[in-house]
Amino acid sequence: MSASPAPKPSATPPELLRNFCIIAHIDHGKSTLADRMLQLTGVVEARNMRAQYLDRMDIERERGITIKSQAVRLPWAPKAGPNADKTHILNLIDTPGHVDFTYEVSRSLAACEGAILLVDAAQGIEAQTLANLYLAMENDLHIIPVLNKIDLPAAQPEKYAAELARLVGCEPDEVLRVSGKTGEGVIELLDLVVDTMPAPKGDPNAPARALIFDSVYDTYRGVVTYVRVIDGHLTKRDRILMLSTHVQHEMLEVGVIAPEPVSSQGLGVGEVGYLITGVKDVRQSRVGDTVTTVTNPATVALGGYKDPRPMVFSGLYPLDGSDYPDLREALDKLQLNDAALVYEPETSVALGFGFRCGFLGLLHLEIVRERLEREAGLALISTAPNVVYRVVMDDGKEFTVTNPSEFPTGKILEVNEPVVRATVLAPSEFVGTIMELCQTRRGQLLGMDYLSEDRVELRYQLPLAEIVFDFFDALKSRTRGYASLDYEPIGEQVADLVKVDILLQGEAVDAFSAVVHKDKAYAYGVKMASRLKDLIPRQQFEVPIQAAIGARVIARENIRAIRKDVLSKCYGGDITRKRKLLEKQKEGKKRMKMVGRVEVPQEAFIAALASEPDPTKESGKK
Amino acid sequence: MPSTLPVGEPVPADGALPQSARKGTGDLGLYLHVPFCSTRCGYCDFNTYTAEELGPGVSRANYLETATRELALMQSVLGNSLRPVTTIFVGGGTPTLLPPAQFATFLDLVRDEVGIAPGAEISIESNPESVDAIDLEKLRAAGFTRVSFGMQSSNSAVLKTLDRKHTPGRVVHAVAEARAAGFEHINVDLIYGAPAESDQQWQESLEAAVALEPDHISAYALIVEDGTKLGAQVGRGEVQVADDDALAIRYLMAEEILSANGMQWYEVSNWEKPGGACAHNLAYWKSQDWWGIGPGAHSHVAGVRWWNVKHPVAYAQALEQGQSPAAAREILTSDQIYDEQILLGLRLRQGLSVSELTPAGLARGTDAVVEGLLEPADFEHGRAVLTLRGRLLADRLAVELLSL
Repeated sequence: MSASPAPKPSATPPELLRNFCIIAHIDHGKSTLADRMLQLTGVVEARNMRAQYLDRMDIERERGITIKSQAVRLPWAPKAGPNADKTHILNLIDTPGHVDFTYEVSRSLAACEGAILLVDAAQGIEAQTLANLYLAMENDLHIIPVLNKIDLPAAQPEKYAAELARLVGCEPDEVLRVSGKTGEGVIELLDLVVDTMPAPKGDPNAPARALIFDSVYDTYRGVVTYVRVIDGHLTKRDRILMLSTHVQHEMLEVGVIAPEPVSSQGLGVGEVGYLITGVKDVRQSRVGDTVTTVTNPATVALGGYKDPRPMVFSGLYPLDGSDYPDLREALDKLQLNDAALVYEPETSVALGFGFRCGFLGLLHLEIVRERLEREAGLALISTAPNVVYRVVMDDGKEFTVTNPSEFPTGKILEVNEPVVRATVLAPSEFVGTIMELCQTRRGQLLGMDYLSEDRVELRYQLPLAEIVFDFFDALKSRTRGYASLDYEPIGEQVADLVKVDILLQGEAVDAFSAVVHKDKAYAYGVKMASRLKDLIPRQQFEVPIQAAIGARVIARENIRAIRKDVLSKCYGGDITRKRKLLEKQKEGKKRMKMVGRVEVPQEAFIAALASEPDPTKESGKK
Repeated sequence: MPSTLPVGEPVPADGALPQSARKGTGDLGLYLHVPFCSTRCGYCDFNTYTAEELGPGVSRANYLETATRELALMQSVLGNSLRPVTTIFVGGGTPTLLPPAQFATFLDLVRDEVGIAPGAEISIESNPESVDAIDLEKLRAAGFTRVSFGMQSSNSAVLKTLDRKHTPGRVVHAVAEARAAGFEHINVDLIYGAPAESDQQWQESLEAAVALEPDHISAYALIVEDGTKLGAQVGRGEVQVADDDALAIRYLMAEEILSANGMQWYEVSNWEKPGGACAHNLAYWKSQDWWGIGPGAHSHVAGVRWWNVKHPVAYAQALEQGQSPAAAREILTSDQIYDEQILLGLRLRQGLSVSELTPAGLARGTDAVVEGLLEPADFEHGRAVLTLRGRLLADRLAVELLSL
């Protein structure tokens, strides 16, 4: 008997739909499994297949991570079981896989009824996966636990099946074992999605409500909005209304991804697809917002919408000052596709004209920076990332500080800093060293659980400022790479924070100002002063370097004046050699930035702003 | 391994100059490089070879014969602009490893084929241990007017660290012999900042040098070059040399002692008694024309700089095939000529004319007077002349005068 014909978009009975996502950590094989599903369901022919089919950006492919989510419509008739040969529609909603994009993950999960929990059979579950699993369970998603990469020699399926079973609340033998690479077990997995995951439920006659779970800017088509219809029906003739932003848009196209875009008459209850409205900016079509129709609008928005809130700030400056207009243009362009990116012009004495940019987190910062450098061909300097401080003055005035150099002076009543709840998963042998690290980062232990005999989950409250710089690197190096980290903002706390300024010849260098805990101010000052002493070449005059809290100097170094800068001879009339040296020095001088009368090479700023080599790594080499 | 040559553009096989440089005028110098030494000194990266290093195909005996082929090339390349030379400088290497008679023949040939201007300065470099009174008499008789001795230091321990073979006492005799042979112009070269040299030893060297009463003293800071034995020793941390601060102190000592003994600086590293300045040396700093004969020798004619292949064998082969031994050349742009003019001119006692500076350069120059790098009185009279402190920072100031 052959399978029933595949239902058409806009006319798919909800009971034949299965909307699901794959929860997995970077490198655990999600994209490979998705590739295999595309092949087995026949939507991509083998000859058109390329690796990581769904990841569109170069950066996504290179880093093996998904930054933007995407949904693909897969027809599947189970090979056996109660639904054998009955063609269903599976909507695989790909989710971002990193801590910075928790909100986007939560919206993708909200578009699904089920989730595949995919874990590397050689590595076990990681902290971010665990966090996303908890998120899925809170959303009442049906979970199918799956161990991937069972073909690997290092796979320990017994051990990790037990771990997953305990987390999900099933028997270890219910954990499916697959290999995305060889395809083993994937057919069974697709059958299981149809047989065990619930079909979407919604009111087909109610006013239309669709959840935006992603919004992507495309150069040719404008913003492509990915939605999951909850109630009612969207058709290609509708004028649509965004319930949170109250903007109306003309519908230009409706369709599904299969896996290339295919336009359709509309989208019905439970269906997943895309809308094109001619909007040019993703901020007008925001993730989490509810789409309804102008003619028959819903009144109640779907829950859970949040404005993206930048958590980490950094100044981005072009290495070559004349690139400033290009940087502005590149940021404008990037923002069309990134509703979470905020920026405003900023001037630094040391670095010239640039932008103070706000990001969801460190990865977001890194991705933006990398895209600016790669896609716009810009060479950039970024200042050390910092968090947002809320400073309350004695007179009750409040300041929101996103740039340490703008930290207010005067009588300060209190300084508030953001705090996060962090989860660290690691082999139990590292508990001591992790606790020690969190202690030095002003962490408070909230709790600790054993996931299995030798794997521990540690929960900490930590100031965000303590983890934005190099916490993850330190954690990795202290646990030989075994620890994983997830965190979520949980509010703010009052802390004993001070601004440390770095002065060259009495002049503060804005790029080096930092807000640090009082107990760490001295160490920061000493470190920066001695670093700069090594990085700044000797000048014609003595240059004092000072670290100061307000007017109080806490550390001091001196760059002695240069006494000799002349070559004594030329080599048998080899003037060419001497002139070429001069030309090189002239070039070098162009890259100097003036701080007062002091010439500072740009490389010195970059080196001083770069994170320092991890001391534990150094000692590990011995 | 001697130092590497610059990168440039190819030179035509016949050595022809570009049209722009065919009208050389003014003084014309001749440099003859003698690329031989009996042993190589640990700090030296000049183009010179010991007998063992040289290999077959070239010998000291026939070297000047080869060099005269380049003299012929010079005649044909310069053509109409060939004029009698005003300076000749024989350097090395150790020129005096060759018998004086060969130089006599060479000078005769120059006199006959090219012409030597009346009153021309004709110098030869010598290691104190490689000449004796008879050699010096012969060189003077051949026409040399000036002899330059590589004294380097008066301290035997310092000489040893520099791999120099002479004893301090030999210099005293050599200078006396030169004077007896009729040399009016005598130079001694000194090096400061050698490994393990103390300020005290440097002071003694300076005092010993002035006691010889030469009319010219050159004092060069030891430069640690990559690819030398010394460079490797410093790289491995086996040997420590003076840092820039210590070198600055020794330069100030040199100025103090030399000026107290009737000598005046005329270039950053060179001091003269009145009338003792080396015209050939000045030609380099003034970008005058000179032709350099010999392997690795550099030449400059009217804005074109070129340099010969380095190895004596390759050099000889090119000339035997009737080709130019030039390895590469550069035709200077007007910007490059300007840069050189500032860079080189600033090193001289006569300084630069401030009218040569750009507006930005002039502004920097005005500040440099305030900072004590340029002489205020000279500046008022339109000359940018380095102060003592300015001499120690001359390269830096040149960059600043040229940076907009």
